[in-house]
Amino acid sequence: MRRFFAILLLAALALAPGPSKADQADDAFAALASTSFDSVRGGVEQLSASGHPRAAAVIGALQSGKLYFRPDRALFIKQDDGGYLHALTAAAIADPGTVKPVRVNNGIRNAIDAALGAMRLFSPDTATRLTAAEAVFHAAEAGALPALNKAIAKESDPSVRLRMEQARAAAILSSADSGEADRIQAVSVLRTRADIDARGFLASLSGQPPAVADAIAVAITAIDRKAQLWSVAQSVYYGLSLGSVLLLAAAGLAITFGVMGVINMAHGEMVMIGAYTTFAVQQFMRAHTPGMYGASLLFAVPLAFMVSGTVGIVIERTLIRWLYGRPLETLLATWGLSLVLQQGVRTIFGANNKDVDTPSWMSGATQLGGLTLTWNRMYIILFSAIVLAALMAALRYTSLGLRMRAVTQNRRMAAAMGIRTPWIDALTFGLGSGVAGMAGVALSQIDNVSPNLGQSYIIDSFMVVVFGGVGNLWGTTLGALTLGITNKFLEPVAGAVMAKIVVLVLLILFIQRRPRGMFPLKGRAAES
Amino acid sequence: MAFNEPTFSRRGLARLGAAAATIAALGAVKSAAAQGTSGTIKVGILHSLSGTMAISETTLRDVMLMLIEQQNAKGGLLGKKLEAVVVDPASNWPLFAEKARQLISVDKCAATFGCWTSVSRKSVLPVFEELNSILFYPVQYEGQECSRNVFYTGAAPNQQAIPAVDYLWNESKVKRWVLAGTDYVYPRTTNQILEAYLISKGVAKEDILTNYTPFGHSDWQNIVAEIKKFGSAGKKTAVVSTINGDANVPFYKELGNQGIKATDIPVVAFSVGEEELAGIDTKPLVGHLAAWNYFQSEDNADNKKFIAAWKAFTKNPKRTTNDPMEAHVIGFNMWVKAVEAAGTTASDAVIDALIGTAVPNLTGGYSAMMPNHHITKPVLIGEIQADGQFNTVSRTAGLVVAQEWSPYVADTKDLIGDWRSPLKCGAFNVKTGACTAGKKA
Repeated sequence: MRRFFAILLLAALALAPGPSKADQADDAFAALASTSFDSVRGGVEQLSASGHPRAAAVIGALQSGKLYFRPDRALFIKQDDGGYLHALTAAAIADPGTVKPVRVNNGIRNAIDAALGAMRLFSPDTATRLTAAEAVFHAAEAGALPALNKAIAKESDPSVRLRMEQARAAAILSSADSGEADRIQAVSVLRTRADIDARGFLASLSGQPPAVADAIAVAITAIDRKAQLWSVAQSVYYGLSLGSVLLLAAAGLAITFGVMGVINMAHGEMVMIGAYTTFAVQQFMRAHTPGMYGASLLFAVPLAFMVSGTVGIVIERTLIRWLYGRPLETLLATWGLSLVLQQGVRTIFGANNKDVDTPSWMSGATQLGGLTLTWNRMYIILFSAIVLAALMAALRYTSLGLRMRAVTQNRRMAAAMGIRTPWIDALTFGLGSGVAGMAGVALSQIDNVSPNLGQSYIIDSFMVVVFGGVGNLWGTTLGALTLGITNKFLEPVAGAVMAKIVVLVLLILFIQRRPRGMFPLKGRAAES
Repeated sequence: MAFNEPTFSRRGLARLGAAAATIAALGAVKSAAAQGTSGTIKVGILHSLSGTMAISETTLRDVMLMLIEQQNAKGGLLGKKLEAVVVDPASNWPLFAEKARQLISVDKCAATFGCWTSVSRKSVLPVFEELNSILFYPVQYEGQECSRNVFYTGAAPNQQAIPAVDYLWNESKVKRWVLAGTDYVYPRTTNQILEAYLISKGVAKEDILTNYTPFGHSDWQNIVAEIKKFGSAGKKTAVVSTINGDANVPFYKELGNQGIKATDIPVVAFSVGEEELAGIDTKPLVGHLAAWNYFQSEDNADNKKFIAAWKAFTKNPKRTTNDPMEAHVIGFNMWVKAVEAAGTTASDAVIDALIGTAVPNLTGGYSAMMPNHHITKPVLIGEIQADGQFNTVSRTAGLVVAQEWSPYVADTKDLIGDWRSPLKCGAFNVKTGACTAGKKA
């Protein structure tokens, strides 16, 4: 860390035009020690222009909220151990007296990003240079041109260099005294960047010479055309992602409703219990094994399966087994049970949402051509594929799966073969509930962890299972993906509310035509 | 693969009956009303303790219980103890009306503090008017209403939405607006007012994008992408969010994941407070804004005392406070003051005494009940901090008087509400001189 700062200082020194700006730096420090946002913003801009050796450290401290000031306008940087450094001299101060943090707003954050970006263009770390180049691109200030030219000359990494050239193009276009040829060249650089930021920047330019303005208009049309093509792929991705969430929520129901025929209105609550298990696991790990906190979700998955599965088995043994063959009573009893479970969780954990952390490896997004792929959604697509594969394998290749299929196909014959059918019922229900619990882990990453979590998925889950064809996991999968993709293509046209209604109407029409869903079961089992 | 007909015992039916009875009994416990003695003044608390709105409303029940306990410790009111009557309308709008009727007719509550959503308020409004009782409504709302029996202690649009838009207009030079909301009466009316206001400021129609989503919407991928695209037209863009409670968490998560920072496209929210933020990892949200009339981070002695009392009452040092809680504090203190002034809890006397009552608010000033049954408030704009609290970046110079009827909507621009004699009208048309609705002799 110390080396990093030392290099930053060198970089700042390299940029320093001369000692004549010392007064300016003093003014800047005085301006920073203020409660006025305008004054602080001015201070940041002055300080970064002054080239003062402490500029990078002070602005960095301001960015992370560690810059404090005293009423006499002295500035201090708070250390991680709770001590303070004098901002100007970097000398340790035991007790600075009453200090207040320098507060920032969005305007100041912009100024900080621009200032730090320009200073960090010379960082030895490639990733830092890349973000610095992006920051300079967003700031688009003519003043950054000399630093950019110097940085581009030194840059060896081609991807960073490309970003720097784009930043330079933005700076050239913002500058008042660039030549027309340079500007047109800059427009073509940004045209190849072709993303939404480049479009936004180009569209924001005004007062360009006519030839440049024409080039800009052409570039914007080109970017828009490209974006339109990509938007189809993007909608498919959104649909896949929504479909995978629906699939996860419905996979458990495909077992309990699809295979066993139990109308389980408390299915959503199994999902909710899985999400609360995730919360409990994170709380426990934060307190006891903070080193492994990043992997908390990996521990939560099997645990949520077990907790929800156990709850499912208990429900089957105590409630549902008395109601087999009576769908209406099952519906009412499980619906009542869902209310009891919701209120139970509300009493134990409180009515408020619980904060389930997203590990850093699941945050953010990556760019693939014109596609924005968010990591959390990618992992959920992957996770639902794994869950589905595991579930199918369990039903197909394990002896428990064999027994389950035997019992659901012909109960009396299975019993005659010595299978303890009541226990198989309980275990099948437990499996379905456990899968719902695992879905809860995934949903905790994208939705609220509140007692109402399950309610919002129960209708969708039934829709998916009925649409896909009761008792068929492939049908459930295709049903989920079809509903997801249809929804995401309708949403931009019709709006989110209308899209939901249209999907429901289409579904009702479809069920009218084909009451047994997309993939009805055929043969003797289907007749009973 | 339908289920083969299994054998089941006859006992099953009996057990189902027992289960149903248990569920019914649970419901009955909740609605059990206190049958107090004649020596108490009853205060109704009408907040959902179960269902979707429990997340927000449970806190308000707790704060009311705390205020009543504090008042009783001070010796009660008019020499009598106060008694809270808590009912659970279970986030079920028609049930709100039923429970309100019960509070007024059966329990004889002198005043009721309750409701959160506008639909629930609209549902109980006729009950309070018919039975001539008093409701204190603590949540920011869309305006366009002025009932003699309701005291609106939350913000009207000009006490929250319009100053927030002004802030973005002046400070961030925002020229392109996304109005995103949940699909129900509050966002729709607020957005209608905001759209009219923006157009009156010279914003072109194509620079406004309105988007509605269902309650509890959780898949924000393409809406956030659309906002991003809308923001790439070269003008500074901001989102004005009237998205309701629960749907905010996935919305903000998606904003963070798609890399929309507050410095690029700021989101200013009217329904996101400290409570909602307690359920989110706020680091990616730093810099996004909210407009309220109170923040927990307000630095003054009254607020510190209130926060300390709240944490002690809930026995939870992490409990947050929020704007609707402050509204209940103000409303309750006003009611106490008005009852003392009137010397009775009779509705008509208290309604008249309430107008003009001023009590300290928790932002270091006084709030007064105006003749339109709304209160004066300062408007604060705060930026979300990494610790889930707000950093106030702007506050109005003085107190703002509520405009219950929006001057930006053609139908209501000439209306005023004034419940003082001799006007006594909730919707008086200043052009025609006629009282169009809610006349009470």
